[in-house]
Formats: sequence, C-alpha cells, structure tokens
Amino acid sequence: MSNTTTNERGRRYLNPYLGGVLLGLVLLAANFVSGRGLGASGAIKSVVATSIEAVHGDAAKTMPFMAEYAGSHSGSPMKSWLVFQMLGVIVGGFLSGTIAGRLKLKVEHSPKITSRRRLIFALAGGILFGLGSQIGRGCTSGSALSGMGVLSLGGFITMMAIFGTAFALAYFFRRNWI
Amino acid sequence: MGPLAPNEIISENTNFLLAFFIGIAFGWVLESSGFSSSRKLAGIFYGYDAVVLKVFFTGAITCMIGLLFMSLFGWVDLDLIYVNPTYLTSAIVGGVIMGAGFIMGGFCPGTSFCGAAIGKIDAMVFVVGLFIGVYGFAFTYGLWEKLYFAKYLGEPKVSEALGMKDGLFGLLLIMAAIGMFIVAEWAEKKFPREEY
Repeated sequence: MSNTTTNERGRRYLNPYLGGVLLGLVLLAANFVSGRGLGASGAIKSVVATSIEAVHGDAAKTMPFMAEYAGSHSGSPMKSWLVFQMLGVIVGGFLSGTIAGRLKLKVEHSPKITSRRRLIFALAGGILFGLGSQIGRGCTSGSALSGMGVLSLGGFITMMAIFGTAFALAYFFRRNWI
Repeated sequence: MGPLAPNEIISENTNFLLAFFIGIAFGWVLESSGFSSSRKLAGIFYGYDAVVLKVFFTGAITCMIGLLFMSLFGWVDLDLIYVNPTYLTSAIVGGVIMGAGFIMGGFCPGTSFCGAAIGKIDAMVFVVGLFIGVYGFAFTYGLWEKLYFAKYLGEPKVSEALGMKDGLFGLLLIMAAIGMFIVAEWAEKKFPREEY
C-alpha cells in the first residue's frame, strides 16, 4: 500500500500546459534580465573552451575554434551567463526531483532492451547532440526554444530540423522506446 | 526599462547572480514537467506521451506573447533583445544531427542535466557524450567552417520572412499550436503506454 503511494507520488508531474506557461515565464525573465534567452549547449562550449585553454595555453589561441570563440565571446569563458544558468539548472532539477521523490540512481530503459544497450545509445545520442548543437549554434533550448520565443527564423528552422529528423528516424529506433 | 543588463540597470555580477536563479527555475520547471525522463521525452515520437510538444510550444508562445505585450507597454526594448542569427545551412545540418541524437539518446542537453541531477545514469552518460561531441567539433572545426558560415541571412524574424506583422504571426502560431495540442491529446489516448 505504502509502496503504491510512493510510486504515485513519484509519477506525479506538473500539468504540461501549466509547465509550459511557467517555462515561458522563465524564458521571458531571461530575456527581460539579460536580453537573451535560455541555453544549455553554450555552457558546455564554455567549459570546453576553458579546458582547451588550460591544457594548451597560448598555443590554443592559434586553434581556429578558439579564435572563433574568442571573437564571439568576451571575457573569461567560465564567467558566462549560460554557465551560471546551467549551474542553476542542476540545482533546480535536483530540488524538484528531491521534493517529488524521484531521486534515484538508475538507468531508465524499456524492459525490452538491456541497460548496456540503453547506455550505448545514450552516449551515441549525446555525441551527436553535442556536435549538432555546435554546428547549429545552439540546442533545443538556446536555438529552438529561445529562438522561437523571439520569433527568430533560424530558431524555427532548427526546431523543425530537430523534431522532423527525430520523427523520420523514430521507426528505426522504436525497439529502444516502445 | 528592460532588458536590464543591456540597459546597464543592473551590474554584470547581478546579471550573473540572476542567471543562477533563472537557471534554478528553468531546471525546476523542466524536472517537474517530466523532462528528466528520456521515456517521457521520446514519447512524442511514438505518440504515447506528448509532454514535450505541449510544454515546448506553450513555453515559446508564452514568451512570445509576453515580449510583444511588454514591448507594447514600453517595458522592454525589443531592439536590445538578442534574436538568433540565421545561417540557413548550419541551422538545418545542425538540427538534423541533433534530431538523430535526440531519438537515439532520448535527451537534449538541458534535459540531460536535469536527468543527471536526479540520478539517471543514462542522462549522465548522455552528458559525457555531449562533451565528447563538443570537443569533437572544437578539434575538427576546420572541416565545418565553410558550412558553419554558409547562407547567412542576418537576424530575420520569421514574421518578417513571411511578410506579416509579429502579432499576426503570433496569432497564427497560437492557432497552429492549439491544433497540435488537440492531435496530441488524441494520440496519447490512441497509442498504448507501457509503464516501466
């Protein structure tokens, strides 16, 4: 009995439309405060740029990627809006999961596949998403969501490319999910 | 008045502090909407769970309406709001690669951090993958450079590209979203969802 109750509480999520309005208000707040939307992959780029600089020192400056990064970002890479915002995301996600009773170390996967298969696909998906987010100048948050919020043409195109491709490929990966 | 940081109403450090708090709210909303679960996220592509579509479109529309009204009231100067530039080729190629990553990995970058924060090992592995992907881009940047800057169109708004006012496009977007929500509600009833 108590088990069912915990389970139900663990499954209780916010109404999606309410969640959407709240997400929109957070995005609006980001624009109102900083003049820019939300993001996630940009913070990873900052960490990567910082680590390359730390390892290679001045030699890093000759790398085309670092030159492009320095040209489009001012100041120290770690002192970036998105880095602070992403640290907040980790804290916010942890707090929400803790309160809802969803804090648990586990590999979430369909019973039809093994944990190992799930993790291999998670790694491959992460690598592709990381690469794609750099080519596309932002991920689902920074390019698609934030771009759409300010009506950016590029944001809409990236959104359609992401979701269109995932729909087109869904059939081939169905065993992983259904 | 707004945006605060570009108008120098708040200092750089205050802006960073607010970034942290905005991030907490962002992570909170994502997690409590179920975005820490790859199972829920991938549901949209099979019809059994359309939470991604509902949250994502409601979010984008809420922000869009908010900005339009705040601009109307003179609370925010839209000229100072960053509009993502449009590099046509890279927007499509990047999006296609991300879409493949999405259906394989079940997360996107922001949601994978949320999943990792509550102990999802698959999300942590996805995050490792993200770093590998970004390092991969950094060290092979020369290969992508031409594609990265191809077909630059400036910072057009989709409304401008379609030759209509922001408000009219906004209205059409809301109507399209409501149509998608109706289909999504129907799909969730039609396609079975196995609990695990």
